Amino acid sequence: MDWQALWLSLRLGLVTVALLLPLGVWAARRLAHHRMRAKGLIEALIALPLVLPPTVVGYYLLVAFGNASPLGGLWQAVFGHPLAFTFDGLVVASVIINLPFAIQPMVRAFEAIPAEVREAAACCGMTPWQALWRVELPLAWPGVLTAMVLSFAHTIGEFGVMLMVGGNVPGETATVSIAIYDRVQAFDSAAAGRMSALLLAFSLATMALTYGFSRRIGRRLA
Amino acid sequence: MASRAGSAAASPEGLGVALAQARPIPLEADFAAAPGEVLALVGPSGSGKSSVLRCIAGLARPTRGRVHIDGTAWLDTEAGIDIPPHRRAVGMVFQSYALFPHLSALANVAAALSHLAAATRRSRAAELLALVHLEGLEERRPAALSGGQQQRVAVARALARDPAVLLLDEPFSAVDKATRQRLYRELAAMRQRLAMPVVLVTHDLDEALMLADRLCLLHHGRTLQTGRPIEVINHPASVQAARLVGQQNLFAATVVEHRPDRGLTLLDWHDRVIEAAPAPAFAPGARVAWMIPPAKVVLHRRDRPSRGEAENPVPGTVIRHLVLGDSTLTTMAVCGADDLALTFTVPVHVAERNRLAVGAGVTVSLLAAAIHVMPADFRGLD
Repeated sequence: MDWQALWLSLRLGLVTVALLLPLGVWAARRLAHHRMRAKGLIEALIALPLVLPPTVVGYYLLVAFGNASPLGGLWQAVFGHPLAFTFDGLVVASVIINLPFAIQPMVRAFEAIPAEVREAAACCGMTPWQALWRVELPLAWPGVLTAMVLSFAHTIGEFGVMLMVGGNVPGETATVSIAIYDRVQAFDSAAAGRMSALLLAFSLATMALTYGFSRRIGRRLA
Repeated sequence: MASRAGSAAASPEGLGVALAQARPIPLEADFAAAPGEVLALVGPSGSGKSSVLRCIAGLARPTRGRVHIDGTAWLDTEAGIDIPPHRRAVGMVFQSYALFPHLSALANVAAALSHLAAATRRSRAAELLALVHLEGLEERRPAALSGGQQQRVAVARALARDPAVLLLDEPFSAVDKATRQRLYRELAAMRQRLAMPVVLVTHDLDEALMLADRLCLLHHGRTLQTGRPIEVINHPASVQAARLVGQQNLFAATVVEHRPDRGLTLLDWHDRVIEAAPAPAFAPGARVAWMIPPAKVVLHRRDRPSRGEAENPVPGTVIRHLVLGDSTLTTMAVCGADDLALTFTVPVHVAERNRLAVGAGVTVSLLAAAIHVMPADFRGLD
């Protein structure tokens, strides 16, 4: 068992979720509650990582992370190290490829709150911030939690994009899914088997939790 | 617009509203409501009633307009004032009640009590629930309450904020008839204690008659007429207003002469001279419209002629006869003018005694005092 790779994957998952939670709630509420002309295009862009081959996503991210690109150059200037083949680069890539997993369940959850209920919160004297904490999040939390669990699980399991933008630097970018690939290449099927079984059990538990919460959303608003 | 907005803002007490916009739905509304007054906004579906209410609450913003309450501007587009809804002291009862589904009845009411110290919120919320007769149901969630009970929680929650104006958006439309009658009585009793203006949106004239001090008639977003409900219903200002309040006996005529000595105006109605309530605003020879409420068309008894029969007698033939519970709605074609139909209503026993049926010949009297004369503007009507 490659404990270093497992710890790296967990760390990556937690940081990704911590960044996606506020970003996702903000984006999902905007998509759910506001009429936007470009809504279809925005949703298509967010969903893109679901359908693109990981190599394509990874290639474009790698180009964007390079020191020649504005993003890569800026990162190098501000933080003094490049994005490509670093843990920070993995985090940025992971946030982007998890946008559909985080935002779509949250949009559905916020859409399920009737407009009049949100308006009633304002008519009760709640500021938009109070309405978010006291009315919207309590009603939408199963969807928000589902989004977080899905993003976390997907981060742990992602392989192609991580290999493209991170390479396989032990302790820096070598996640557990890359470590499994590495073990198979080295004909160490015992280690690969143990790590695969762990990921399988983890994924199964995640999906079971997710479906359980999805059912709760319907019940709460009934 | 400027002068109209000025008129609404002139009274420092109570609510003044003046709104104008072309889109998304056209609005040209102007009305005021005094403290303690119940104003019914009445109009057909799509007439903009709810939009007006949303503009008062700050949930929608008109292109131009003013909303004033007790001399304070909540909205004044010219001055760039637009107070957000959570800072307007409104109590709003939504059509769907819009209770917070995850909170108990008590917590729903307490959610609107953030202006009180946290320690006193529960007791105040319980007081408000008691006011709407919901003692013992404090811990129930909305899903475990009946429609009528949910409506009462919504009323208690709307009152919790000590609102400067209470807004009721068709609050009785989602409950059964028996519950509705009970809620009417409760609101009528409660309103004695309400010191703020109340705006009640409804499409039901009977509801307005029962609960409102004044009625404001809204059509395609425009306020057509404002007045005491019985006044607006029996003396509409225009043919359009008459149609909106459901008046069916609407006809065109010509003014013959005014008879101030007898307190009458004489009209020529298809070569029949009829006596009407005085309408000195219209010169002799002018084309006018007139109407009479169905209840003021009196059926002549077959067996025993009575005193009032000299008043505008009109013979005809029954062409439609509907029994509606305790009373009947009968339509007759006027003799010699088959395209003129008069509708009247009598109790069922009267209809039976007089053997009212389709094809029967009848004579009715049109009570002169109830004949209301209006400008003859039939344009734009179906």
